[in-house]
Amino acid sequence: MKRISSSFIIGIFLTALTFLAALISVMWTPFDPTVLDIAGRLQAPSSTHWFGTDHLGRDVLSMVMAGAQNSLAVAVIAVGIGMGVGVPLGLVAAARRGLIDEMLMRMNDLVFAFPALILAILITAVFGPGAINAIIAIGIFNIPVFARLSRGAALSLWPREYVMAARLAGKGVFRISVEHILPGITGLLIIQGTIQFSLAIIAEAGLSYVGLGAQPPDPSWGRMLFDAQTMTSFAPWLALFPGLAIAFSVLGLNLLGDGLRDVLDPRSRTRTGQVQI
Amino acid sequence: MTAWLARRLLSLVLTLLAASVVIFLMIEVFPGDPAAFMMGLNADPAALASLQEQLGLNDPLLVRYFSWIGALLQGDFGTSYTYRVPVGELITQRLAVSLPLAVFALILSIIIAFPVAIFAASRAGKPGDTLIMGTTQIGIAIPNFWFAMLLVLLFSTTLRWFSAGGFPGWQAGFFPALKALILPALALAVPQAAILARIMRAALIETLSEDYVRTARAKGLSRGQVIWRHALRNAMIPVLTIIGMQFSFLLAGSIIIENVFFLPGLGRLVFQGIIQRDLIVVKSVVVVLVFAVVLITFLVDLAYVLIDPRLSKRGKGT
Repeated sequence: MKRISSSFIIGIFLTALTFLAALISVMWTPFDPTVLDIAGRLQAPSSTHWFGTDHLGRDVLSMVMAGAQNSLAVAVIAVGIGMGVGVPLGLVAAARRGLIDEMLMRMNDLVFAFPALILAILITAVFGPGAINAIIAIGIFNIPVFARLSRGAALSLWPREYVMAARLAGKGVFRISVEHILPGITGLLIIQGTIQFSLAIIAEAGLSYVGLGAQPPDPSWGRMLFDAQTMTSFAPWLALFPGLAIAFSVLGLNLLGDGLRDVLDPRSRTRTGQVQI
Repeated sequence: MTAWLARRLLSLVLTLLAASVVIFLMIEVFPGDPAAFMMGLNADPAALASLQEQLGLNDPLLVRYFSWIGALLQGDFGTSYTYRVPVGELITQRLAVSLPLAVFALILSIIIAFPVAIFAASRAGKPGDTLIMGTTQIGIAIPNFWFAMLLVLLFSTTLRWFSAGGFPGWQAGFFPALKALILPALALAVPQAAILARIMRAALIETLSEDYVRTARAKGLSRGQVIWRHALRNAMIPVLTIIGMQFSFLLAGSIIIENVFFLPGLGRLVFQGIIQRDLIVVKSVVVVLVFAVVLITFLVDLAYVLIDPRLSKRGKGT
């Protein structure tokens, strides 16, 4: 059994904390994050409002908790789209090779030419801003990441003896891909999944910050930072807590991904994740 | 090498063409009638017909696409619906802010990352290395626009060393303009430097386990000397990939940072374009950014082959 590193434990703790905040906020938050209380606006952190209140008197802690819901929902669905489309594409490319492989990989190059932010700009310019558009933009950007990863990993498995044996037993390429190749690359997919998940949280926050993501009154960490921007000099807590929420959740997922890599795939410890918005 | 270059150039042209088709479809086909979209629900029918005519919307789709591409090749992006000036002029003005910002950020990122990575790699596994790697994890996790806000809070609001935003223009002098870009560039550079430092450290450590490095060490060279004389050059290939990817990212990422610092760059232009429904501006800025990303990827590939000519024979795996 491998020794679990302390950074892995911190990663698990921070990730669990983010998910817990999101889950609890579905049922309960200290105050209603959408209810305005102008009389109690811009209160500094206190025993009543642990993270203070914003310019409309809303409780910042409640907004941060509810914002976790939005961030995690966008990230889960966007990474789900990336995996759901990218992995089958990668598996087909590795199984079929030839023209299909070449076409799929060139399509991947094309998608890579559109960073999530530029894709979101295109989508928003035509369909208007919203969380759904952010999900689509981040999701599409994730497709080539998973397609390339699963193609590369699958290619390394095809010459293995147990796959050859399956071929000799008369199984078709699609059945082999599902029954033998996919289980062999699951570890890698989980590791990349956590990394893409953290990138999706930063991307979502960036899109909401520039007004292309979640729209008011839905609480979102990026939107909270946008609202805080002109008030940091006299109410710094407005920018501090949503920013820390993003940083801690992303740090947690990155440490979790590194820890999982050490446990599931000790050969490769080099991170090549690239923060793309 | 020539065959590789020809193949890569063909792939470059095809990717650019495909990207242009995607942008054309998104902006010109999906909204239905772009003229009606831009003018809104209460548009005067005569004005609408005039805009349709001006945009060439009465022509068949293929004709519109090819006339757009033909004009683009001559540097003609069309005329902005809201600004009433050629979009090419607007983009040139705004690029004078966005491009130097991205280059400045890239230089800062390299200046920060290289010494950090060399220090960490030369002390791999020791407390100094662990501390640096922990710090880079935090650097990666911090969103650049939040970091930018913290920089403004510290250096503009509290210390008053820099202005909190705005850009005096290059005509105000090189140094005043550069000063206005320092905080935005730093905000863009630090999270990128954290990524670059991690990749470079990993590449250096991998190179340090190679036989020729062991030989050099056996000859009596110190770990630091080996890094400087041998490992650095060989570790450059993965580092170069990341630098190339980072430049694309910095150019796109500057869009968000420009909003924090109220810089009149491409980002502000495109967001104003979205708000004012000026699809011609949006389409043109997106074309410039996407083409820049594709061209930079191509240049990075070219740089690989120049560093290591074996790659052109092997053909790069995807």
